[in-house]
Amino acid sequence: MAAQSAGGGGRPTVRTLATLLGPAYVWLLLTIFLPLSAMLYFSFLSDVPVGAREAELTLENYAAFFERDFYRSLMLRSFQLGAVVTGLCLLIGFPCAYILAKSIKGRAREALFLLVILPFWTNALVRVFSWTMVLRGNGVLERAVNAVFPEVGPLGLMFTYPAIVVGLVHSYLPYMILTCYVSLQAIDDDVIDAARALGAGWGTILRRLVLPLAAPGMIAGAVLIFVPVIGSFMEPRILGGTQGTFIGTVIEDQFTAVFNWPLGAALSFLMLGFVLALFALAAPAFRRLDG
Amino acid sequence: MSGARRLALLGRAYLALVLLFLYAPVIVMALMSFNRSPFYTLPIRWTTDWYVKLADNDALIAAGLNSLLIAVVTAVLATVLGTAAALAFRRYDFPGKRLLQMLLLPPIAIPWLIVGTAMLVFFFWIGLGRGLHAMLLGHVALALPYVVVVVSARLSAFNPELEEAARVLGAGPWQVLRHVTLPFLAPGLVAAALFAFAVSFDQFVISYFLAVPGVSTLPVEIYTAIRKGFTPEINAISTIVIAVSTLVLVGVARVYRFGSAR
Repeated sequence: MAAQSAGGGGRPTVRTLATLLGPAYVWLLLTIFLPLSAMLYFSFLSDVPVGAREAELTLENYAAFFERDFYRSLMLRSFQLGAVVTGLCLLIGFPCAYILAKSIKGRAREALFLLVILPFWTNALVRVFSWTMVLRGNGVLERAVNAVFPEVGPLGLMFTYPAIVVGLVHSYLPYMILTCYVSLQAIDDDVIDAARALGAGWGTILRRLVLPLAAPGMIAGAVLIFVPVIGSFMEPRILGGTQGTFIGTVIEDQFTAVFNWPLGAALSFLMLGFVLALFALAAPAFRRLDG
Repeated sequence: MSGARRLALLGRAYLALVLLFLYAPVIVMALMSFNRSPFYTLPIRWTTDWYVKLADNDALIAAGLNSLLIAVVTAVLATVLGTAAALAFRRYDFPGKRLLQMLLLPPIAIPWLIVGTAMLVFFFWIGLGRGLHAMLLGHVALALPYVVVVVSARLSAFNPELEEAARVLGAGPWQVLRHVTLPFLAPGLVAAALFAFAVSFDQFVISYFLAVPGVSTLPVEIYTAIRKGFTPEINAISTIVIAVSTLVLVGVARVYRFGSAR
C-alpha cells in the first residue's frame, strides 16, 4: 500500500532493490561491518596472526581490563571527561539556542545562526590547534589577563585537564546549539505567551513547557557529544600533553605504537559496551523527558 | 517593558560572548601565521614569510592535493550510492527495510577511533593495506549515511504524481529519472555532495590510521607537525583552509537563500 502511495508502481523486484541498495550496502559491509567483526575476533586472540606467529583464542585481553586498575581508572576518567564536556556544552549551548530561536528575528537570526554553525564545517583539528596559541605560556590569554590583573602571573593552563575540557567544549558546542535550536524553534511562541497570560512565571514556563519540549534536542546533542568525546585521542594529546592520557589515547597506542592489536580491540569493545550500557540505564529517564 | 528590553540586551551580550569563545582562538591562530617569530612571541611583527615557505613545502602541498582528490571522489561516489539507496527507501516497502535503515547508524554513531582502527586491522588482514585507496573506502562509508539523510529529506517533498504523469505520457523509467526525478532532486544532491566533501576533507581520525608515511592527507600532516613541534607554516595552511571553507559555506548559504526566495 505504502509503496503504491509513494508512486513506486507496486512491489519492487529483487533486481531493482539490488541495483539501488546493493552498491551502498556492499560498501558499508566491506568498510564498516566486516572490519568491526574482524576487530571483535581479534579481541579474543592472544597475538596478531601474521606470518609464523601463533595466535589462539583467549579471554586474556578482557581479563586484563578487569584485573588492572590502570585501564579501569582510565575508562572512568574518559567517562567523566565525557560527562563534564557534555554538561558544559548543554549549560552554555541551551541558553544560546534559546536566544537564537526565541529572542532574535529575521535576517539577524539567519546571520547569527550561520556564524554559530560555521565552525562545525571548518577543520576540527585546526580548531583544537588554535587553542594552543591562546593557552600556551606567555600566550594571548595569559598576556590579556595579566594586562588587567598584573598580580595573577603565569596561568599554566597549557597541557592541563582544563585545557582539554576547553578544547573539547569548543569543538562540540555547535552540535548542542544546533540540536537545541531545532527543537526550540518547533515550539509555538503562542503557547509560551498563553502560559504567561495564564499567570505562569518564568521558572514554571521553563520547567513545565520549554524544557520538556526541547528535551529531544538536548538528548540528541548530548549523545552526539558524549560518544565522540569518550573516543577522543587527538584533543587530549595536543592540549593535554602528559595529562592527556585517556582510554582513547591508550587504544590508539595499542594500534600505532605498541602494536598490541588484540588488547586495543578488547578495550575498544569494552568502551562501546559501557557506552551502550549507560544509554540503556539512561533510557527510562530519556523517555520520561521525551514524554 | 524596560525589563524585557534589558533581558533581550543581556541575551545578545551572551550570544556575543559565545561567538567570541568560538572565534577568538581561530582568529589568534590566523594572526600568528603573519608573525615573524617562529615561537609565536608577542607582540606580533608582521610578515608573509610563512606563506612563502609554505609554497615550498612539498609534503604539505602534496597532502593538500590528496585531501582535495579524496574529498571530490568521496563526494561523487557517496552521492551516487546514497541517492540510489534513498530512492529505494522512499519508493518501496520491503522486508528488512527498517533493518537496512538502522545499519546506516553505526558509521555515524560509533567513535571514529574504533571504526578507524577496525578498518586498519581488517584492511591489513585481507591484504588491502593502507594508503589513499583505503582512506577513500573509509571516507565514502562515513559520508554515505549523511547523503541518505539529506537526499531523503528532499525526496519527502517530492510529489510522486509527477513521475506518474510522465509515465502515463509514455516516458520509460530512465527518462522519468533523468527528466523528472533528478531535476527536482538537484538542490538536495548538491547539498549532499557538499556535505560528503566536508566530511571527507575534515576527516582526521580515519585517515590517520590508514595513512602511510609519504601518502597522507592535510589533517594528518598538520597533526604530525603539531606533535613534532609547532611551526607557523601550519598556521599559514590552517588559515588558508579555514578561509576557503568559510567562503564556500557563506556562498552556499547565499545561493540557498536566493533559491528559497525565488
